[in-house]
Amino acid sequence: MTSTFLGMPHAPRGVGQLRGDEPFPAAAHKALADRQLRRNLGHATATIRGKRARAVAELADWEQLRQAGEAIKAATMARLDEHLLSLEAAVTARGGHVHWARDAVEANRIVTDLVRATGATEVVKVKSMATQEIGLNEALAAAGITAVETDLAELIVQLGHDKPSHILVPAIHRNRTEIRDIFLRHMPGVDPDLTDEPRRLAMAARAHLRAKFLTAKVAVSGANFAVAETGTVTVVESEGNGRMCLTLPDTLITVMGIEKVVPTWTDLEVFLQLLPRSSTGERMNPYTSTWTGVTAGDGPQEFHLVLLDNGRTAVLADSAGRSALHCIRCSACLNVCPVYERTGGHAYGSVYPGPIGAILSPQLTGIEDNASLPYASSLCGACYDVCPVRIDIPSILVHLRGEHVEARERGLLPSAEGLAMAVAAWAMAAPRRFRFAERLLRLGRLLGRSGRIRRLPPPLSAWTAARDLPAPPAQTFRQWWRTRPGDGTR
Amino acid sequence: MRVALFATCLADAMFPHAARATVTLLERLGHDVAFPAAQTCCGQMHINTGYRRQARNLVRHHTDVFEAYDAIVAPSGSCVGSVRHQHTAIARDAGDQRLAARAAQLATRTWELSEFLIDVLGVEDVGAHFPHRVTYHPTCHSLRMLRVGDKPLRLLRAVRGIDLVELPAAEQCCGFGGTFALKNADTSAAMLADKTGHILATGAAVVTAGDASCLMHIGGGLSRLESGVRPLHLAEILAATDRSRP
Ligand code: SF4
Repeated sequence: MTSTFLGMPHAPRGVGQLRGDEPFPAAAHKALADRQLRRNLGHATATIRGKRARAVAELADWEQLRQAGEAIKAATMARLDEHLLSLEAAVTARGGHVHWARDAVEANRIVTDLVRATGATEVVKVKSMATQEIGLNEALAAAGITAVETDLAELIVQLGHDKPSHILVPAIHRNRTEIRDIFLRHMPGVDPDLTDEPRRLAMAARAHLRAKFLTAKVAVSGANFAVAETGTVTVVESEGNGRMCLTLPDTLITVMGIEKVVPTWTDLEVFLQLLPRSSTGERMNPYTSTWTGVTAGDGPQEFHLVLLDNGRTAVLADSAGRSALHCIRCSACLNVCPVYERTGGHAYGSVYPGPIGAILSPQLTGIEDNASLPYASSLCGACYDVCPVRIDIPSILVHLRGEHVEARERGLLPSAEGLAMAVAAWAMAAPRRFRFAERLLRLGRLLGRSGRIRRLPPPLSAWTAARDLPAPPAQTFRQWWRTRPGDGTR
Repeated sequence: MRVALFATCLADAMFPHAARATVTLLERLGHDVAFPAAQTCCGQMHINTGYRRQARNLVRHHTDVFEAYDAIVAPSGSCVGSVRHQHTAIARDAGDQRLAARAAQLATRTWELSEFLIDVLGVEDVGAHFPHRVTYHPTCHSLRMLRVGDKPLRLLRAVRGIDLVELPAAEQCCGFGGTFALKNADTSAAMLADKTGHILATGAAVVTAGDASCLMHIGGGLSRLESGVRPLHLAEILAATDRSRP
């Protein structure tokens, strides 16, 4: 029997948040026009960049730590199936239940059924990327279950009927006056004299959330890591709200991408050093919660771990792109990205913004659904330099551009760009044709006024909208070279 | 040492003075410079825009043209970055292991100008004279692909008469990024506006860099602002003496 490998399935359409409504350039155009947004972002990213740089500079062995992080991830991915089975065995042995979810639809159904079985109509949530990726809150809402975000920034986003715009600081696009207004409008029972003083805002959120923690029967979380050897799941956070969710309710449901598994505690140690310094610029994050199955009389008495694929095995299948799965969601690459700093996270359309989003989302959904993202970078390389697990984001961006161009060629859709590139490659592969092309280019001199060109027809008008182009010179270098007295090579 | 100039297609066609200055400088330092006339383009634009199949012939051609030389010098961090970090992979992708091995060899002998001067020739003071206020923009590929570090600045500091002023937020990209400037023109322009703002704040009369492409972008922004600040390639400053000025 013969079989053809058709590729691993991608994240399904119509559910979750991995695709935008419009291509990146169009979304960026709108974001760039919002001056308040650009100020908020510029200020916030500059502050966090500085903090990270100082925290990292304290460690003499930072480069070795990064290399260790990269090596552990690569080795783990190479035997991911085995590590996941070990994890399942360990969690089950300690009284937890493990569920395998092929995609967002399955994961949402599993979690919804689990919540329904408890009879609860409200769940508290720990900030989690995976549950945003699959659109869990919307799925629960459709089943009549309210999900309450308990991370302060997520709460701001949820109350404002907004979308998160940063992995770590979901409300980075909001300043404190905007936050006060959101609280006043949407937080039940809030003090009408609330000011925009950070302490007062935090206290208002605290009062609101305490009531939720004390009544919730079910909590839903994500996971930063899961240690296969013991079945221990880990969440790191800053506020302690996650700790409340993870300990107070009777039932805990954790949704975790399959790439989050690490083999041993020794491996975990490396990431617990890399993550806080890269993300918040702290030596250690304030709260690190770890739990192993169920402990009688202490914490949730029912624990479910949902292992989510949703396109991840498709990423794993591509040797040139798979290291995108090594990401520990520290968001350092967002904070240094000159594109992200100016457009913010919403322009990326997916729950994963910035450089990591530009390589992860198109791989999870398949390139055709996020075709503009790999081009949303000037390839400046700042992301690669800060990534704690050394993901070569620029090279993966270039790889995905290649995948996109080839997918388009396979679709036999001729494009003006493809034609231009083919002609240019043909002209440049032979010196005689190249010289001819240079002569044609010099016709461009006719467009110039005092040595510069101020307006060109599309698509080059995209250049001249904001900048001039020098008129081609009267003499190319090679013409000048031929005028020199010289030997045979000249 | 047989030194070949890889002018790069952009400098050849659009910024010949940068390539000419490279020749002037290397000859002043006592080297014979060859210009293999068959050279065209390293293929970086094709590779970075996703046209890797179309770039194969360019990689092969580039390797054929320059293989005979001991050192290949280019006035571009970006093109050298492509030769060093992309050519081998493109050849391997094409299933041509022999070409991949040849490209990998060539990559070890290909140098960006400031690297060649400092790492290969061991000179910092190239005998230049340039009495102007200058600010230096470290282009992304020089900085992060080639890791040239402060080599260009060491060369500039040794220039007589120069008033070298530090560029704020120097390591931020100017927003060029090849076809990025066209495909994401709005974001690119926003990045450029910040870069030109920082350049103007220095009060410099000249902005310099090791890449004609980024200078074309920055220069285009400065020209649109009617700022009067001149973009000049690093090679042009290093080639300048009190008798010949760019
Ligand atoms: S790609 Fe690297 S830098 Fe970016 S969020 Fe992931 S781990 Fe952090």
